[in-house]
Amino acid sequence: MTAELRAALIARLTALADDELLLSHRLAEWTGHAPILEEDIALANIAQDELGHATSWLELRRVLDGSDPDRLAFHRPPAEFRNCALTELPKGDWAFTMLRQYLYDAWEAIYQDAARNSSYAPLAQAAALALREERFHLQHTALWVERLSMGTPESERRMKAALTQLWPYALGLFEPLEGEEMAIMAGVLPDPAALKRRWLELVTAGLTRFGMAPPDARPVPRGTRTEHLAPLLAEFQQVARQHPEAVW
Amino acid sequence: MLSFPVPGEAAVWEALSGVLDPEIPVVGIVEMGMVRGVSLRGDGVTVRFTPTFSGCPALHVIRESIRSALKPLGFGSVEVETVISPPWTTDDITAPARAKLERYGVAPPSPTREHPLFMTLEADPVRCPRCHSFDTRMTASFGSALCKRMYVCNACKEPFEGMKSV
Repeated sequence: MTAELRAALIARLTALADDELLLSHRLAEWTGHAPILEEDIALANIAQDELGHATSWLELRRVLDGSDPDRLAFHRPPAEFRNCALTELPKGDWAFTMLRQYLYDAWEAIYQDAARNSSYAPLAQAAALALREERFHLQHTALWVERLSMGTPESERRMKAALTQLWPYALGLFEPLEGEEMAIMAGVLPDPAALKRRWLELVTAGLTRFGMAPPDARPVPRGTRTEHLAPLLAEFQQVARQHPEAVW
Repeated sequence: MLSFPVPGEAAVWEALSGVLDPEIPVVGIVEMGMVRGVSLRGDGVTVRFTPTFSGCPALHVIRESIRSALKPLGFGSVEVETVISPPWTTDDITAPARAKLERYGVAPPSPTREHPLFMTLEADPVRCPRCHSFDTRMTASFGSALCKRMYVCNACKEPFEGMKSV
């Protein structure tokens, strides 16, 4: 494998893992606070799956550069995170949480569906595994988006507000990473621009069916940082940093 | 130096069949289809193990259990190699294991099939493990472990868990 290809793979694996890590933390913030017990359990399950996927991507990265997944997750400063701003935003209300998860699950499912065909076999295999789990997430979050969009005037108002706020951030998921063109041409990584068309088609059809219209918006560019990342990581990394010698 | 005879493959499989799934401790990892193969080389053994769900916390426990089940056989080294391709599927669960799951109160998974990316609600009928009625409904799409969902039986009114079909 050429150095350029390896660097592109490492960058994409890191970006994928970082989104999963942050989102799993945001979901876990609902543990003990969800509106009903079943949803508390569901979000904890989804968070656990996303954390599992983050582990897969960081394991693939370890094979490429010898990095330690635990150190990357728990000891990396905010400036070195490669997530999209979408996943660092605070959990918000129930509508915000469910809509973000729905938009993200759709992106992840479509990305992994394409990554199953990667010419880099370890990525193709890990993608096939992650995809099966994403389907359960999508099924769950799509139902909630429907319920809230078509529920009461209050739930509809909250869902519309969440859509206006989230849409530009969700579009940011499809911003290409610097230097990955070669890996896309080589069939190692999926092309985010091609995936965007498929995602827009699926998500817009879903939202339209529930009486929602995505706003006209420009994507939040990749690399945009909000003031929410540092406090999130301070909490997420707290135990590991205070007890660096601890073992599970 | 004394040398011990290295146990054969049959002994390894027998020891492995005693390793239980920590999440559902009535079924073994072999009958659940999580062991893809074993290979003996010199005085060492390698077990090819396939994870069920990528975030399943039981995986660490299972890897440890494999090591402690095989160590007493006298191997110099016990390696657990992770194999993710082809991915584990609930179709790999043997018929006796399915019967054990049902007796334990967990509805066994339906046969898998290709789903579109955006699937609708599960249409497969799930049988109540207690009264065997198919008049059941899903009450929560996630349960106490990544592999399970929650149901209730309309006939006997009992809640029960069912395994996801993957």
